Amino acid sequence: MAIIVDHVNYIYGQDTEQAVHALQDINLQIPDGQFIGIIGHTGSGKSTLVQHLNGLLKATSGSIYYNGQDIYDEGYNLKDLRSHVGLVFQYPEHQLFEVDVFSDVCFGPKNLGLSKKEVELRAFDALRQVGFPEELFYTSPFDLSGGQKRRVAIAGVLAMKPDVLILDEPTAGLDPKGREDILDMVKRLQQESGMTILLVSHSMDDVAEYVDRILVMDHGRVVFDDVPRQVFSHVEELEEMHLAAPQVTYILRDLKKAGIEVDENATTVDEAASTILQAFGKK
Amino acid sequence: MIRDITIGQYYQTDSVLHRLDPRVKLLGTLVYLVSLFCFHNPAGYAVALLFLILCIRLSHVPFGYMIKGMKSIMFILMITILFNLFLTSGTVLVSFWKITITVEGLKLAITMALRLCMLIIGASLMTLTTTPNHLTDGLEKGLRFLKVIKMPVHEIAMMMAIALRFIPILLEETDKIMKAQLARGADFESGGLVRRARAMVPLLVPLFVSAFRRANDLAMAMEARCYRGGDGRTKMKPLIYAGRDYAAYIILLAYLVISIFLGRWSVMTELLTSL
Ligand SMILES: Nc1ncnc2c1ncn2[C@@H]1O[C@H](COP(=O)(O)OP(=O)(O)O)[C@@H](O)[C@H]1O
Ligand SMILES: [Mg+2]
Repeated sequence: MAIIVDHVNYIYGQDTEQAVHALQDINLQIPDGQFIGIIGHTGSGKSTLVQHLNGLLKATSGSIYYNGQDIYDEGYNLKDLRSHVGLVFQYPEHQLFEVDVFSDVCFGPKNLGLSKKEVELRAFDALRQVGFPEELFYTSPFDLSGGQKRRVAIAGVLAMKPDVLILDEPTAGLDPKGREDILDMVKRLQQESGMTILLVSHSMDDVAEYVDRILVMDHGRVVFDDVPRQVFSHVEELEEMHLAAPQVTYILRDLKKAGIEVDENATTVDEAASTILQAFGKK
Repeated sequence: MIRDITIGQYYQTDSVLHRLDPRVKLLGTLVYLVSLFCFHNPAGYAVALLFLILCIRLSHVPFGYMIKGMKSIMFILMITILFNLFLTSGTVLVSFWKITITVEGLKLAITMALRLCMLIIGASLMTLTTTPNHLTDGLEKGLRFLKVIKMPVHEIAMMMAIALRFIPILLEETDKIMKAQLARGADFESGGLVRRARAMVPLLVPLFVSAFRRANDLAMAMEARCYRGGDGRTKMKPLIYAGRDYAAYIILLAYLVISIFLGRWSVMTELLTSL
């Protein structure tokens, strides 16, 4: 068990009139190597939750264990934890600061106290992993396009070689092509490196195709925690939370209602295509 | 982490003080602060203290929240008290080793501390109950007469409003960038002065970049909506005095009269007897 979240509560601005109970009694087990999607409407507590996993926020009550150790123990090395649990923030391009792309990616590994050679090797690897074109390595990060900046920022976290990678809405504000590129890249990372990945998003279509498990959050609680097809079977509840099942789920439901024998539980476009073809006897 | 500073911040709630016209609050605060320095006897202090307590009760701002913001000035307060306590000459009260405390020193230390506390609470009461926008609106309208001598009152007020508006945004941004760099293993706390200064670079560069980006966006958004300074500009919510504002002015006047009367009682009696 890599990460265990045990009865965690978090309140922003405790003791003021504007106190927000952002997390309510969260319990989770995140085993190694899983690809998890965290879904929820804006303000449901997704970002708050993931900031607990690398110790940036301290739970108001409850505890979090990483590899069996309580991260709130006195003397626990949080800096070390942050190198194992990499967190890419929403709009991560706003954290770029160095004169060129390459040195910016070096920032993370350099903070780990590695040798110069090791730092540069890791930065190089990370930039390759995110598919960043080599001829742009020494341009200023401020001159890049939005999608490129985001790749650099993700590489900046990858370069620390984390065991767990958390991405907070990595596709926010990107065009459809940029979105797909980033999501494909994340999937490839997971397959190649076997990292545990947590992908935060407010769109089911983003994650349906990729993840092993979905956590649905609403008003600071985890409402569903299951494999995608189970989660998508709760269409009505999801809609009440201002979420939607992936588009294929709706199409298949409508087809079924129209009397066509399709498998309603298909979650990805490929699965849906094959069950529809099957129904029309065209295998 | 940075959000704990409450001095000069607005506290969202509903109360008579919140609804009062900002001009009343500005003038009231000014009068109150000046009045604090005109007393020479306990009766004056009692009136000022009572008035302040009344205002605090009316504001619905929790006293604990107000005090939390005071922690940052504790140091100045301590120094004032200690200096007055030990360095005033007069009738000796106690004396040990090289330190002597005089009756006058004790009196002075207490009154100075009281004055300072009332001063700061009084001033922060205004910012706690007035949104920055309201405050600058009040300033703009209250200082309109300065236009006669060609002071760009509207522009100054607008600059103030924008600056105030940006403080919480920049604080939030700092918090975010700090967290993002911490997630990349940055260390803002350990090391000597040089190392710490250097550790600020990954924080300050993105902060400046974002501040300029925001300023640029704001300027464009204002121009897109045809902003062109104060001339001929009307307000959506013009400041108009309501009944409660006149009532507040009367209360303020009453406070002023009473505090002058009581605070200067000794002077008055002297004056009367000499006649
Ligand atoms: N720094 C903060 N201070 C106060 N409240 C906050 C802060 N950050 C988030 N919140 C509140 O906590 C709740 C959860 O926010 P967040 O975790 O950012 O949601 P999400 O990432 O799912 O959109 C929201 O109601 C939000 O207003
Ligand atoms: Mg978020």
